Amino acid sequence: MTIDMSQFHGAFFEESFEGLQIMETELLALDVGEVDSEIINTIFRAAHSIKGGAGTFGFMNVSEYTHVMETLLDEMRDGSRPVTQEAVNALLSSTDVLKGMLEAARDEVDFDEEGAVKQRAILETILLGENAVSEQQTAESKEQTTDEVGAGWLIQFTPFTDMMLTGNDPVRLLRALDELGEMDVKIDLSALPPFSEIIPEELYVSWGITLQGGMTKAEVLDVFDWVDDACELHVEPLPQHDKSDSVTPSEPVNVKLASPGKTKSAKAAEKSKTPVKKSASSEATSIRVGIDKVDEIINLVGELVITQSMLDQAGEDLEEQAEAQGKNKNTKILLRLRDGLAQLERNTRELQEGVMRIRMLPISFVFSRMPGLVHDLSGQLNKKITLVVTGEETELDKTVMENIGDPMVHLVRNALDHGIETPDIRTAAGKPETGTITLNAFHQGGNIIIQITDDGAGINKERVLAKAIEKGVISESDNLSDSDINNLIFAPGFSTAEVVSDVSGRGVGMDVVRTSIHKLGGRVEVSSEEGKGSVFTIRLPLTLAILDGQLVTVGKESYVIPLISIVESIQIDRANINVVAGKAEVYKLRNHYIPVIRSRQVFGLPGDKKDLHGALMVVVEVGNGHAGIIVDDLQGQQQVVIKSLETNYRKVETMSGATILGNGTVALIWDVAGMVNYHQKKLKQGTSTIKLSADDADNEVA
Amino acid sequence: MAHILVVDDSASMRQMVGFTLKGDGHQVVEAADGALGLQCAKAEAFDAVITDVNMPNMDGIELTRQLRGLPNYRFTPILTLTTESSAEKKAAGKAAGATGWLVKPFNPDQLLATVKKVLG
Repeated sequence: MTIDMSQFHGAFFEESFEGLQIMETELLALDVGEVDSEIINTIFRAAHSIKGGAGTFGFMNVSEYTHVMETLLDEMRDGSRPVTQEAVNALLSSTDVLKGMLEAARDEVDFDEEGAVKQRAILETILLGENAVSEQQTAESKEQTTDEVGAGWLIQFTPFTDMMLTGNDPVRLLRALDELGEMDVKIDLSALPPFSEIIPEELYVSWGITLQGGMTKAEVLDVFDWVDDACELHVEPLPQHDKSDSVTPSEPVNVKLASPGKTKSAKAAEKSKTPVKKSASSEATSIRVGIDKVDEIINLVGELVITQSMLDQAGEDLEEQAEAQGKNKNTKILLRLRDGLAQLERNTRELQEGVMRIRMLPISFVFSRMPGLVHDLSGQLNKKITLVVTGEETELDKTVMENIGDPMVHLVRNALDHGIETPDIRTAAGKPETGTITLNAFHQGGNIIIQITDDGAGINKERVLAKAIEKGVISESDNLSDSDINNLIFAPGFSTAEVVSDVSGRGVGMDVVRTSIHKLGGRVEVSSEEGKGSVFTIRLPLTLAILDGQLVTVGKESYVIPLISIVESIQIDRANINVVAGKAEVYKLRNHYIPVIRSRQVFGLPGDKKDLHGALMVVVEVGNGHAGIIVDDLQGQQQVVIKSLETNYRKVETMSGATILGNGTVALIWDVAGMVNYHQKKLKQGTSTIKLSADDADNEVA
Repeated sequence: MAHILVVDDSASMRQMVGFTLKGDGHQVVEAADGALGLQCAKAEAFDAVITDVNMPNMDGIELTRQLRGLPNYRFTPILTLTTESSAEKKAAGKAAGATGWLVKPFNPDQLLATVKKVLG
């Protein structure tokens, strides 16, 4: 039977990465010098699973490497190897090695074995002890005794009466022996009790077997491998006429189980009865399903929500009509319809929430990456840092979680590198030597808020301001609030770090963090007090499948603007409108000038008002600033089910998706950043058409 | 063909074992740890049980012991899947009442051969 093993690789990689995560978390929880067998056991089990799977699915480097780790863990577990910091560190680094190996295997790229070899050598140095050596020797000597090949074997097989209680059947064993060679069997019924005393579940028969052929003793013993403690077994070489003198009769092999084994396993059984930790119990009641199955259900529920809102709309229209007509004999039916629709709405909403929850995972999956990071980096940077994690049970969508990991790592690195000061500076500033970084997550409205707080130096506003002016991010005349200045650190290419360190890279990155978060439909901002520390607040939607939106009208169409990007909506006052550089309009909102984007112009619709006085403008947050988008009318706010434009049509620069409204019409969802980009491109084209076309020509030549 | 319970906390192993057995015409029920395996075994009758040893909640040794205590499973073949080929682990499995074991890594053919052995 040939089976394509690669079909199981996906599941193997997924569970192995989970296993590595568990190993890392538990290793960090391990106290040096103490044997917390519960924790070590959890780590061991994770390593063990990876090893077993890797071996089965043909990732031998992973399997071999894990074997070394496992040996060390096993010795730590039974107390024969002390839990030293050295060992824990080696194991921690090893999880990184394994991760690299697994990632390389998953992505089918070559793995650089050099680091692995080094790391393995460290593990093996720790392991170097007498235990390993003696074990190897015994294994070898055992091999020798069973390797001899005889002309045949005399086997005396006397099963204990209860052998069948292990599920083993003597008939099966005899059949297996028969497959090895030519067999002659004599049945000994002498132990058979009188018929009335026979217990059908017990065995009273023994066998004398002559087996001929070129099999080794090991092969014969192999057949009885499973029952060697449930029978009396003697295997002797078959006496041969010509060589009988030279054959030394080997000792009968009597393989009864030694009793220590029993007491040991009884102990193990007792142990496994004791309640395990919380984390383990959550595994017990979960099932693993492909994410595509869940997404399919989510999609269908989305359709259901749309159908429900269409029905709702139809019901309302019907009621209005009935009211307009006055007396109506269908009142009762209408009432029933209304009740039914209300119930449908409630059930649909609960169904939708329930289905969304399936995709939700606790943020601990991301948070658990941080202790390792802090541990490693604080060592590298010679800083003392305590990491406090709260709200790790807060749940959010799997996809959002997968994409928030890297930005969070970046922010935590940043807090470690630029936030927390070295112990001497902290002491000089009258602060405790050990800095604290706090990760917190909680739900607020339809969003999840993640906060990364440090009690470090805070953001130096003067330096940020100077840098921003130097880089041309702002001009000297700009009047910025403290909060505005702090958030300048998210501007592209912005860095105030005087020394470029290995840790946070070259200072680029805060803008990358913000871009990644924006892509998830989220926002990030920082508040900071000099000398006291900073708080980075990430606001993310709980799910990518539904969106809180503001419905607006432009022309004859309804559009959805994601609520998370809207700052406010205002009515334009003519006095605040300015036209700069010929065409671009800006609006003076309090102390700032923001670009004005006419949505009709973006969509190429006619009938744009020349004078914007009294028009409605939605102020949105884009990148580092704000922009105002003129719309014809504001409708209500509504939760909408997001349908991908890319999968159903193609990517549209100004739109992030589409949805279907209650009246059955399609409404496009704005990508406000895309709108602003598009607007700016159009402006440039308008003012420098000639230059652009020249560029194009150059490109063509190149 | 036979009705077989496969207990392993590793999804990939369950998939591999399950797929192989199904391909050979068996009916397979999968459980993710010993405690769940025990529940399954109590809920329906199986012709054979294949269980991993190292599992959370209830390991394969304890599962075997508990199964042997159930009237319906006194003679049922129970195979343990183990990476340890050390005598100690095997002895523990046998002491708990396991019929035999299969040492990881194993390939589908080895699995089928072993299952065939116990199902006769």
